[in-house]
Amino acid sequence: MHTMNRSFRQHMALTLAAMWITVLPAGAAWADDDDFRGAPLDPLYLEECGACHVAFPPALLSQRSWGAVADGLADHFGTDASLDPETLQTIRRYLDDNAGRRRSDGADGRPLLRITDTRWFRKEHRPGEHGLRSDTFSRPEVGSAANCAACHRGAEEGRYGEREIRIPTPGSAR
Amino acid sequence: MKISTLIAGLLLATSLPAGAAGPADFLQRFEGEARSADPGFAASPARGRDWFAAPHGQDWRCTSCHTADPGKSGRHKVTGKAIEPMAPAVNPERLTSERSVAKWFRRNCRDVVGRECTAAEKADVVAYLIQIGQ
Repeated sequence: MHTMNRSFRQHMALTLAAMWITVLPAGAAWADDDDFRGAPLDPLYLEECGACHVAFPPALLSQRSWGAVADGLADHFGTDASLDPETLQTIRRYLDDNAGRRRSDGADGRPLLRITDTRWFRKEHRPGEHGLRSDTFSRPEVGSAANCAACHRGAEEGRYGEREIRIPTPGSAR
Repeated sequence: MKISTLIAGLLLATSLPAGAAGPADFLQRFEGEARSADPGFAASPARGRDWFAAPHGQDWRCTSCHTADPGKSGRHKVTGKAIEPMAPAVNPERLTSERSVAKWFRRNCRDVVGRECTAAEKADVVAYLIQIGQ
């Protein structure tokens, strides 16, 4: 029983691994409404880009936008977020491979640098949507729209499913 | 010296991962670098504490994110993300990685001082962080 199970399990594991590999690269996409099914975040990306803020899912900006972000790390929204050339190259490649397919350009045709400026984000997070109000992002419990983890409780690990959304109640700030 | 002791010593030295270091190593190195410019230099925790809390001509101070007590968790001033304590006595991961120490001093000094820090400044801050919670 034990031995048979073992080879069966190995077979299943391989099959599942093959499915994972086939499905994932194409599967990293945001559904039009709310649920995100994406590849797990790369550990180096998580460590480097998740140090000061949530490691945002690469699928939320286009290759062009990520390229512009990576080019500008020495002045990253007012702070120095520069990386050594080797790390930068590895992260650049990861972002390039996992960027979203939809364009994230601004009205002026230049690539947007903030996920919160994209049309997709603004539509999904407009007041009235999912219990959001016009002041939700500025509440002390949230602070900014870039603080994904304030409401998306799995955001630190790259999970944004609807079941893990919990908007903090006003007045619960630390 | 016995051959076996020598071999054991060599094995120990080579088994350490590349870039591994401890807080005292960084203190010693920065102090040494500072002495090449000023032979009388000695790192001072008190000077490090004042420097950590003082403005240096930019919008942020060290304490803006790391708080006035680096033995406690801080918070990124813009994003609100939690920052683990800086004092190695409280957070043993601090001051143990060449790569991390070089990266964060480079970046944060540019944000706080508008330039890279001098060896003397780094020595003082490291001396300050080391003695917190000791």
